[in-house]
Order: sequence, then C-alpha cells, then structure tokens
Amino acid sequence: MARAAVSGRLGGRLTWRGARLVERRDETPNARTLVFEVPDWPGHLAGQHVDVRLTAEDGYQAVRSYSLAAPGDGDRVALTVQRVPDGEVSPYLTEGLSIGDSVELRGPLGGWFVWRPTERDPVLLVAGGSGIVPLMAMLRERRSAGSRVPFRLIYSVRTPQDTFYADELRVPQPGDGGLDVSYVFTRTAPDGVARAAARIGLADVNSGGWPAEFEPNCFVCGPTGFVETVADILVALGHDARRVKTERFGPSGG
Amino acid sequence: MTLLYEDGNALAGPLGEIFAVDLTVAIQRCAGCDRTGPLATLRVYRHAPGLVARCPGCDSVVLRLVRTPDAAFLNLTGTLNLKIPLSPSAQTPV
Repeated sequence: MARAAVSGRLGGRLTWRGARLVERRDETPNARTLVFEVPDWPGHLAGQHVDVRLTAEDGYQAVRSYSLAAPGDGDRVALTVQRVPDGEVSPYLTEGLSIGDSVELRGPLGGWFVWRPTERDPVLLVAGGSGIVPLMAMLRERRSAGSRVPFRLIYSVRTPQDTFYADELRVPQPGDGGLDVSYVFTRTAPDGVARAAARIGLADVNSGGWPAEFEPNCFVCGPTGFVETVADILVALGHDARRVKTERFGPSGG
Repeated sequence: MTLLYEDGNALAGPLGEIFAVDLTVAIQRCAGCDRTGPLATLRVYRHAPGLVARCPGCDSVVLRLVRTPDAAFLNLTGTLNLKIPLSPSAQTPV
C-alpha cells in the first residue's frame, strides 16, 4: 500500500544511506559547509536535520545530528559543521574528510522546526552561533521559492570572524527583498557599530524582531542557554509561546 | 544542570528508526501535569544510558529510549497519550 508523505518524510522507517562528499567550502576558520551526494535522497524541508554516522575500523560508531543548510537540491544535501575541538565527529568531518569520501547519513529528520514557503505569516529567525544553519536553510528556501513573506533575522555571534555565510548575508541576493538582518556581537563588535559587545538582550530582540501583534512565527536556534534566554524574551514581549519554535544544541555535540 | 538538555527535535532520528511516521510532531499529553504539546518541545537529556525526555511543564520523565545493539527499549510511563497526525488518505477504519 502506498503511504502518504507525512511531515516531509516519505513513508517507511529511516535507513542509513551512503553519502559521498562532493564539495566543501570554509565558512569561518572553524566551520565548513559540506555538500554530500546521497542517491535517492527523498527531499527535505527547510529546518530539518540529519544524523551522521561514522564507523571506526574496530566497529565503534558515533552519531551526531546536523542541520541541513540549504533547501533540497536533487540528491545533494548541504551541512555546515562547526569544529568542536574535543569532539569525536566534527573534527573528522571538517578536517579529515576529503572529496570523494563517504559517511552514512539518515534523514530528513524532524517535522516541527520547519518553515514551508506556503506559509504567509511574518517570520523572525534568531540564531546563536552555528544555530544559523537551519535558519539559513529557511532564508534560502524563501529566496528560491520566490516567497515574499517578510523575514527578519537576528544573528548573534562572538566576533565578526565567526559569521557563517557572511558574504551571502551582507549583500542582498535576488529575491531577498523583505529580508532584514541584524547582528548581535557578544565578544568583539566591528568598528563603527554603536552597540557594545554583549550577550543578546531584550532590546536586541525588540528592535530586530517583529511586534507581537504581527503574530510572526519565531524560530530560535542555538546553544541551550541562548535559546532559553531568547524564548523567554519573546514570551515576555507578548509573543504566543506556541509561535516560538526552538532547537537547542545539547552538550553531546561535537 | 538545566542547560544540559536539547529539544525533542533530537528524538526524530532515534524514533524514526522504530516508527514509520515522524513522532516529533505528535501531540503528547503529560501524565504528571496534563500539559499537551508536540513531542519536539520536550526536554531531552542524553547523559543517561539512552535518551530521557522530560515535560517542560512539570519536569516529569515522559519518555525513555534505550538502544542496544539488537533492540530498542521505549518506556512511555509518564505519557498519557500521543495524538499522531496522519494523512487522511492513509486512513484505515479501526
């Protein structure tokens, strides 16, 4: 019996698929975008993630979750991986993996933290560090689908050098009309920026976001503490908690 | 300690190995406080043997998943029920 697609996953249980690295580019000194070719990839929604599995020669396996960085593109899937210095998986993915090498991957995963271009409500994206990755997929999906839904992105990073997709975000691309980007620098702000480097606060969310009356859909992604702070601020500003979707990085990353 | 959790989104892969639909969008009702919300909004702790999900409302353990090499153990003691969205076309009378 044919099974209808539910929440972006085409029926059937998940299986591990071989994924061959076909392209990679540096985003920052510590983060790389990796493009894999995955035969028969079923497609995915912006905001979804995948699990990546590595197997050592002795059979030891390690699995980590990574957000998809771009909308579906045939059999190609893009991840952006931040290298965690003591991590088990991320140093291998960012440094050890060469073009043509393969890993195992399963997905797409998660039908809740997703944005569909058929949606009409304004969108607020709030990213902490590498939490930008699934939000970038939403931004790119908006662009490629020709959606005119108003988007605002608040991107919190330690220093300007830690900004992922810096060029793409700085120069509006065709289709980016109606997208506003603001930055929160937490350690070092670039010259000419009036706001002193500090963690994200109510004023940042208030000025970079939408009034609660606009009833935007809010997507918040980053480390747990960051997400906690931003979600609390949004609710304090009057946003309906059900419109605040979160994705936290846990302690198991790397 | 409060910072050591992730969202229920993180359950998508481990549960996807068992179930044919994405359970993270299912609406879970907590047996402890009667809160309802998507499984994706639970708090997931990994530093136990397996995955432990707690209710963000009352902190009760509502789901435990342990994977061994040849089996998965899923405990839903703290969950009263799950409302699982299904496509109407897949409807089968019960």
